Parts: sequence; structure tokens; C-alpha cells
Amino acid sequence: MSNIPEELRYAETHEWVKVDGKRALVGISDHAQEELGDVVALYLPDVGKQVSKGDKLAEIDSMKTSDVIYAPVSGTVVEVNSAVDETPEIVNEDPYGKGWLVVIEMSSPGEVDDLMTAAQYAEVAKGDS
Amino acid sequence: MPYIPHTPRDQERMMRAIGIGAVDELFRDVPESLRLRKQLDLPEPLSEMELVAELNEIANANRGVDHYTSFLGAGAYDHFVPSAVNHLVSRSEFYTAYTPYQAEISQGILQAIYEFQTMVCILTGMDVANASMYDGATAAAEAAVMSLNASGRKRVLVSQFVNPEYRSVISTYLSGGLATVDELACPGGVTGIDQLRAMLDDSVASVIVQYPNFAGIVEDLEALAGECQRVGAALIVIADPISLGLLKSPGALGADIVVGEGQSMGNPLHFGGPYLGFMGARVKYLRYLPGRISGATTDGEGNRGFVLTLQAREQHIRRERAYSNICTNQSLNALAATIYLSLMGKTGLRRVAELCLNKSHYLAGRLCEIDGVSMAYEAPFFKEFVVRLPMPAEEVVNKLRTHRILAGVPMGRYYSGMENLLLICVTEKRTKEDMDEFVQRLGAIL
Repeated sequence: MSNIPEELRYAETHEWVKVDGKRALVGISDHAQEELGDVVALYLPDVGKQVSKGDKLAEIDSMKTSDVIYAPVSGTVVEVNSAVDETPEIVNEDPYGKGWLVVIEMSSPGEVDDLMTAAQYAEVAKGDS
Repeated sequence: MPYIPHTPRDQERMMRAIGIGAVDELFRDVPESLRLRKQLDLPEPLSEMELVAELNEIANANRGVDHYTSFLGAGAYDHFVPSAVNHLVSRSEFYTAYTPYQAEISQGILQAIYEFQTMVCILTGMDVANASMYDGATAAAEAAVMSLNASGRKRVLVSQFVNPEYRSVISTYLSGGLATVDELACPGGVTGIDQLRAMLDDSVASVIVQYPNFAGIVEDLEALAGECQRVGAALIVIADPISLGLLKSPGALGADIVVGEGQSMGNPLHFGGPYLGFMGARVKYLRYLPGRISGATTDGEGNRGFVLTLQAREQHIRRERAYSNICTNQSLNALAATIYLSLMGKTGLRRVAELCLNKSHYLAGRLCEIDGVSMAYEAPFFKEFVVRLPMPAEEVVNKLRTHRILAGVPMGRYYSGMENLLLICVTEKRTKEDMDEFVQRLGAIL
């Protein structure tokens, strides 16, 4: 069973969000990194990019596949984790910590309420595997 | 003899299995008005012996560089191919035009590709190289696409003295709104730096030049790279690999992506193909590199082995999000290039380049002794150069052909206002006698 921290909110497309005021820290779930396998590359957006909830936020390549990461909330990308350029494996090793991807400054923080709780996401992850 | 050896019995069984009574019923969805109700107008079949005779007759109408003294260049070059190249590439273990499916089973091919990539990196001064491209022109176009994807910009500047056929392929690739392509003029035979400076801004993804350029002239890459760096545009260099035996590598002069036609390395002219493109890039472009990459690794038992690596970039995995639809390479041609470079070594390649350089300069000097013939440009050249003739170059070419001399490529075929200019190429295969005869024959007709 993959790790699904209680305090985070989740999108159906396997992104997690950690809210701090208007700032949303975004990454992919432990379940998602397990399904992808060894991550070899991330294509993150530039700082300043505006995204709407559900837009393509980034792309992620693993040894065996390539997938899209969607914006779980709307807003402006204000930080990106450049460490994943050099060491993409941190997304596998620490998806909720060192492997975070971007910080979005939310334009409608209320969107967070539409995201899943850990318990709800656990059901989605269970259905997948 | 039918090509599909099904017996009438086989056919009957298959028809029974799908529930039809005649093959014709398979076509019942094709409207009657569209169906051909007569035999095709084809000649009677020939016996194998007759067929071989007929094909030989057709093939013998071809006249190649063995029948003529060739001073043709412009992208395809008559360099010497040591016979070992053909012997080695003809080994059946290597018989695939492409990277094989189940690639890792073919360790030998992956190793050959890995060595090809390593040699491309050494020649071009780049950090990474792919397993090869279809040809020089598509490699150049793919390089342009890489620069667009990596930068998010929408404009490409191409030097007028990039091979005109390459420029046309680049424009085709970038048509349909992908990017705008603007041309840089070449006053005096080299890409004009003042115009470049005026046109460069942060909308430009890349600047594409050729080294040596279409007129044979060695561009000042360092100066061009300096301008590109100022606005964050990539400098894409289309290089002649033979020239790199002598010239500084484009990488050492600031190029970001280096591509080119690899035919010169161990591949005969072959009436135009198959050829191979090569492509190297700085590591920051690694993820945008099209095609296959062979990588060295160690297996579970600690043995050195090779794998196709970073495949998630490729279309068979990335699908519609892929940056390129190239999922293959020109393996056999790349292998010929690899063997050629191994045989030549650093010293041999340098020697070939020196011979080309010295011979072309000898011929240029001799031609300019003829009244009315002069160099079109006063700029340093490698194995090709452009002369100005006192009459249309097409006429000169036609007249010399009757003397079994292929004098060169008339520039007027590609550039208006250059009707009297002739592009001449001299490889290491041309002898002093070849060149002296050319000079004498040209002198006689002018």
C-alpha cells in the first residue's frame, strides 16, 4: 500500500497539494511514482506561467513511459524545484518531500475544497492497482 | 510465379473459414463503378534470365563517377571508401537498415551505434549524439524543431548559404505555423553578421549556418555564436564531417547543435541515397534530441552492455506529445561511417581533409589563370569554391560533359543572379592530371 499522507489533498490525476495560505505546493503521489517506475526526466513550467485547474502543468518521463502532470489548482507558478532536473530520482525517493515539483500561487483558493481527501484518494489508488 | 504462395486449397479453406464463396466477395464494399473490370495493361512475364538482361540494360544506361571525372559536390561527395568498409558492413549480423526491434538482443549493433555516437561527439565537439538521422537535410530540420521546443520561441534564421535543398526541407518541416523562417544574406560569401545582429532578438529560437557553407567557405562560427548567445538563441551548425578532420570543431567555437550529412564517411554516392544524417547537441538539449540513443551500462552480473536509453522521449512512448516522429536511424549507413572513421583514425581523417584542401586550392589557382575566370568570393574555403565564368555556367557544364568531365554545380540553379557562377568540389580522389585536364578543357571552350 502506498503512502498517502492525511494532511494533503489529491487530484484524480495523482497530483497532491499542500496548502499554505495562497500558496499550493504541488507534487505527484507515492502511488503515481510507483506506477511510473524510475523517473528519468521532468519538463517543468517556467516561473510566471499561468495555469487553470486541469491544464497541463508539466511532463514526466520514466524509463518505461511518459505522462502529463495537470494543474490541481488555478494560479501562477511562482517556484519550480530545479533539483529534479539534475536528480529526477528524488521524485521516486521522496515524492512528498524533496521531490516536490512546483509552487502555485492560487487565484481561487476555494478550488482546494474540490480536491480529494487522503481517504478518498486511497480508494482511487486502490482501484488502479 | 505468385509472390504469395497460397495454394488454391489454402485459399478455399480461408474462404470457408470467413464464410465467402469467392475472393471477389471481399471487394463487395467497393462500388461497381470504381472496380477495374479488365486486365492491367502490362507486358507478358519474363523468365529470370530475360529479366536480369533487361534490368542490366537499364542499369548500364547509368553513368556514375567511375565513368566521369567529377567535380560535383553541393552535399554529396565522391570521397574514397576503403574496401574494408564494404566487407565489414556486408556481414549478415549487421543486416538491418534500422535499429532492431528487441534492440537489446542485438548487443553488437547497439555497441556499433554507441561508437558512432561517440565519434560524432568527438568530431563535432558536442556532449551527446543520437544513433543517426535519415540524412543531412532532415537532421538540420529536426535540429530547428529542437531549438523551438527547447526555447518555446517561434522564429528561425537560416543563412542563404545553407544548402538550398536543406533550406527547403527546413521550411517544409516548419510550415503550418510551427515557426517563421527568415533568410540571412551572405555578402562576400559569408553569413552577414551586421544583418544577423539587426534581426536577432529574443523571438529567435535558432540561427542555422553551414560549415563550410554551400559556397565552400568556412564561416566564422565564433562570431556567430557570440551574437546568438546575446539573445539566448541556439546556434545550429550543419557541418561537413570530413572538414572536421582539419577545422576546429563547431562545439569548440560555440555551436549548440551540430548536424550534417554523413555520406562522406564511408558511404558511396549511390545515386543519391540511402545516406545518413548525424546529430550532436549540448547536454541541455538532451531531452529534445530526436531518434534513438544507445547507452552503455552494466548488467546484473557486472558486464558492460548497451541499451536504447531515454526512450520516453520517443514517439512510440510519448505518442502525440513527442517532439519528433523519428523512432529509428540509418543503422547500416551509420555503421559504414563508424568503420570508415575507425579505419582513418585521427591522422587519416586529417590527411584526407588536407588533401581536399590542398587539391581544391591548386585547382582554384589554376582555373583563375584562365582569362575571364575569377574567384566569386575572397574568403577562406575548404574543398569547394565558386568561380565566376565569362558565360553561363550551365553551358560550360554541358560542354565539358561531352569530355567526360562533370565540372560542378551551376549556382544559378539555386540562386537568381548567379547564372555565371559555378560551384566546384575537389576531393582527395581527384588527381593532378584530372585537374589539369579540366583547366585545359575549360580554357579551350571559353
